[in-house]
Amino acid sequence: MVSAGSDPQTELVIPTSVKVLVAGGFGAGKTTLVGSVSEIPPLSTEELLTEAGEDVDDLAGVEGKTTTTVALDFGRISISTEIVLYLFGTPGQNRFWFMWDELANGAIGAIVLVDTRRLDSSFPSVDFFERRKIPFVVAVNCFDGAHSYAPEEVRKALVLNPEVPVLMVDARERESSKRALVTLVEHVLARMAESAGEDAALVSPGNSV
Amino acid sequence: MPVDEEIHWFDEAAGPLVRPYAMTRGRTRPGNTELDLATQIVSVLTDNDLQTLTPEQFSIIDLCRHPLSVAEVAAYIDVPLIVVKVLVSDLIERGDVVTRYAGAVERPSRNLLEAVLDGVRRI
Repeated sequence: MVSAGSDPQTELVIPTSVKVLVAGGFGAGKTTLVGSVSEIPPLSTEELLTEAGEDVDDLAGVEGKTTTTVALDFGRISISTEIVLYLFGTPGQNRFWFMWDELANGAIGAIVLVDTRRLDSSFPSVDFFERRKIPFVVAVNCFDGAHSYAPEEVRKALVLNPEVPVLMVDARERESSKRALVTLVEHVLARMAESAGEDAALVSPGNSV
Repeated sequence: MPVDEEIHWFDEAAGPLVRPYAMTRGRTRPGNTELDLATQIVSVLTDNDLQTLTPEQFSIIDLCRHPLSVAEVAAYIDVPLIVVKVLVSDLIERGDVVTRYAGAVERPSRNLLEAVLDGVRRI
């Protein structure tokens, strides 16, 4: 918590914001999951794609266009007056990779939503978080009529490390999406404990900074 | 140009009538490059002349009487993120808003994560 500036007229508390990413292929249910746990209806904002994205964005066929946009959906959960959690949905199309860097910057972890009908569309997300060493959980969105796989089958198909939690969710259900979030934060804490153990760091539970 | 053509020469596909970067006088990079999507912004009471602000900046100050993230501000005033960052950056320089930088937390503290876990369990 930080008091706003040195201005004595303000006793403002500026909350710490915590970011969680919701990734997965196009149509995996990212916005649905965000909407089911957010305290506000999912908001959408646009990032202009200009020269920063020209080398990665395929402008073939739209040469006359100097800017395009990528929409970002996100939700908010007020944890307390001091902490606010944001859930950012990652852009589904691969050409918007450049946005992921900003999204991932400072994120505590990610939920990779998987649609078992299109398993391959979640490979890039899994790969991204593994390479960045960003903790993530895999949430299999159980769509109506979709063939249901066992978590172990999904783990095998995505070549996940054994410590990565895999859970089945229904992104439309608040309790289910909430469980994915809880599992993620528990996983982040567990990983932190592991690395603290490896570093032999002096971590006294509940008193570390 | 005949009057009827003048009225209907554009449609929604033409995009916004004010070019986004017109709001920033052509600037595409904020002076304060630390602004992150989740950075919290709060207005500060000052003696600054608010008349000199653009309508968008005025909206930002009005919205941020309570802390809001850059992303929320962009969504509420319906302006692209990068443009909001430039506008907010100017407001920081003027002293009209203060921020709390959110990004690039190398390692979140255990206390913070435990508070988040408790909070998420309560929702």
